[in-house]
Amino acid sequence: MSADDDELREEVLDEARSDVVEAFDGRYPIEIAGLKNTFGDQVVHEDLSLKVERGEILGVVGGSGTGKSVLMRSIIGLQIPDAGEIRVFGKNTIGAEPDEESAVRSRWGVLFQGGALFSTLTVAENVEVPLKQFYPELDPQLRHEIARYKVIMTGLPEEAAAKYPSELSGGMRKRAGLARALALDPELLFLDEPTAGLDPIGAAAFDELTRNLQNTLGLTVFLITHDLDTLYAICDRVAVLADGQVIAVGTIPELLKLDHPWIQEYFNGPRSRAAQVSLARGAGKAMDKSGGGKA
Amino acid sequence: MREWADFTVQEAGGRATVVLQGPLLVSTIGLLDRKLREHTDPVQHVDLSGAGEIDTIGAWTVWRFADEHNARITGASEQAGKLIATVRESASTAPYEPERLPLAERVLAGRGEAVIRFGRNVVNFVGFLGATLIALGAIVRHPRRFPYRALVRQFELVGVSALPIIGLMSFLIGIVIAQQGAAQLRQFGAEIYTINLTGRLALRELGVLMTAIMVAGRSGSAFAAQLGTMKLTEEIDAMRTIGVSPIEALVVPRILANVLMMPLLGFFSAVIAIIGGAVIADLTLGIPFLTFLARIKEVVPLYDVWVGLIKAPVFGLIVALAGCYQGMQVKGDSEQVGLRTTMAVVQGIFMVIVLDAFFAVFFTEIGWA
Repeated sequence: MSADDDELREEVLDEARSDVVEAFDGRYPIEIAGLKNTFGDQVVHEDLSLKVERGEILGVVGGSGTGKSVLMRSIIGLQIPDAGEIRVFGKNTIGAEPDEESAVRSRWGVLFQGGALFSTLTVAENVEVPLKQFYPELDPQLRHEIARYKVIMTGLPEEAAAKYPSELSGGMRKRAGLARALALDPELLFLDEPTAGLDPIGAAAFDELTRNLQNTLGLTVFLITHDLDTLYAICDRVAVLADGQVIAVGTIPELLKLDHPWIQEYFNGPRSRAAQVSLARGAGKAMDKSGGGKA
Repeated sequence: MREWADFTVQEAGGRATVVLQGPLLVSTIGLLDRKLREHTDPVQHVDLSGAGEIDTIGAWTVWRFADEHNARITGASEQAGKLIATVRESASTAPYEPERLPLAERVLAGRGEAVIRFGRNVVNFVGFLGATLIALGAIVRHPRRFPYRALVRQFELVGVSALPIIGLMSFLIGIVIAQQGAAQLRQFGAEIYTINLTGRLALRELGVLMTAIMVAGRSGSAFAAQLGTMKLTEEIDAMRTIGVSPIEALVVPRILANVLMMPLLGFFSAVIAIIGGAVIADLTLGIPFLTFLARIKEVVPLYDVWVGLIKAPVFGLIVALAGCYQGMQVKGDSEQVGLRTTMAVVQGIFMVIVLDAFFAVFFTEIGWA
C-alpha cells in the first residue's frame, strides 16, 4: 500500500507544475494607476486609475468607444499599455516573467463577448482545457467530472456537455464560456457584456447566476456592461468611463449625486427609470413571497 | 513548494473514518483524488475538521467519495458545507463525450457517408454551374446589373497581381525544360531539338497547366475563403434579403475574371518559359538567344498556340467554379472555411489535370499533334 502510495506521489509530482501561488488576501485584487493606451493618434485612456475591491461586483459603464473592452484587455494582458501600472493580485502584470504571468493567469477567468469557445472541442473539453493546462496532474476522470458539474452549475442542461459550440444557442454559448472561465475556481472573474444579445429572461437569469456564483465562491467580478438592469440588480459599485478616465466610482445612489452630464443622462434616461421600476417590482415580489412563506 | 492534500484512515469500534488534511483546492487535490479513487475499503465517515481551505473542486472530490461509499461528511466548515451543497446540486451522470459508434461500424459508416457526399457534391457542383449560367443569362438580359466594378477589381486580383509570381515560375520552368531536355537529346546529337521541346511544351501544355495550378492556389483558395467567411457573417443572407443575387454579385465577376484572365496569363507564362529556355540555351548550349527565338517561329505550329488558348478559359472556369462552390458550401464554424478552402484547391487542380488529359487525347485525334 505504501509502496503504491510513493509511486503515485512520484507520478503526480512528475506531472505537476512546481510552484503555485497562494490565495490573495489583500484588499484590492486589481489596482490600476496612470494607465495610458493609444491607437495611433487616438488616445483611448489617459492617466486612468481604478481600484477593484475584493469580493465585489464592479460594473464598468461608458459610452461606445470609451475603451471599456480595451481596459479589460489591458488588465488581462492582451493589450500592452503605453504607460502606467497594472497590479493584479498585488503583482505588476506589465512586463512580468512568463512564469509569474501564468501563475496569475491560473487565478482569473475571462468570459469574452461571444463566449469564444474553441469550436473544435465539445463544451466539456472546453472546460477541461484550463484544467489540463495548469494542473496536468489531475486524474482524467476527475477532470471529466469537474467539467460536467461546472457545465450544470452554469445552468446548462446536462446533455450540453457533450455538444459542440456550433450546436448551442447564443445564450447557451455564453453559459458554456462562463463554465470555462470558472473551471479553475478563480478568485477574479472578468465578464465582457455578459447579457448582450440575450433575451430579458435569459439576461435576468444570467445576472442571478453571476450573483449566486459570486456569493458561493467569493469571487471578485469585473463586469463590463451596457445593461442597466444588470447594474441595478447585481453591481455593488459602478465605475464610469469617460474622456479616457474613470470619472467616478461608487454605488448608483452615490453616482446620482454627482453633477456630471453624462452620468445624469445615463442614470436618469427613460431606460434607466424603467430598469429601476422593474427592480423595485422584482424586490416587492420577492418580499411578498418570503412574507407569505413566514405566515 | 506545493502543499498536497492527504488523508489518513482511523478505525474505531468497527467504523472507519477518513480524515482529510491540508487545503482542498484545485492546486492541491491531484494526489488526494487519485488515492481516494484507489481506496476501496468501506468507509462510514469523512472528517473535514482537519482540512484547510476548500474550493468547489475540493468539495466535489469530498462529495463524490462520500457518495460512493455512502459515508457521512462530518466536521465541515460553513464554507465547505455551502460548496458541497452546491456541487451536489450539479451532480449528474450524463455522458461528457459525444456518442461514438464502435470502430468497425464507424469506419464503414464513414466510407458510406463519403460516397454519398461525393455523389451529392457532383450533383451540387453541376447545379452550381447551372445557377451561374442562369445568373449570366439574367445579366445578359439586364446589362445594367452587370457588376463592372467587381469585375475590374477581380481582373486586378486574379490577373495583374499574379504576373510577377507566374512570370518567375515560368522562367524557372523554361530553364529546367531546356536544360534537362538538352542533357537527354545530346545523347543522340540532337541538341538543336531543345528548341522544339521548349517551345511546344510551353505553349501547348506547361504554360497553361502551371498557370492553372498557380491560379487555383492563389485565386481559387481566396474565392473559397472570402465567400465562406461572408457566409459565416451572414453577409450573403443579407444580400438575398435586399434582393441582390449573391451569384450575380459575387460569383459571376469572379468566374468571368478567371475565364478571361487565364488565356492571357497562360500565354504570358508560355512566352516567359520560352525566354527562360532561350537564356539557358544561350549560356550553356551555345545557341544564341535571338536564334532560339527565331527558330521557335519555324518549329512550333500555330495550332499549338490554339491548343493552349482553348484550354486556358476552361481551366479558369473550373478553378473559379470550384473555389466559389466550396465557399458557398460553408456553414457552421470557422473550421469549415479552412476545410472548404483546401477542398477548393484540391478539387480545382485535380479537375484541371483530368481535363488536360482529355484535351491531350482529343487534340491529337483531330490531327493537331
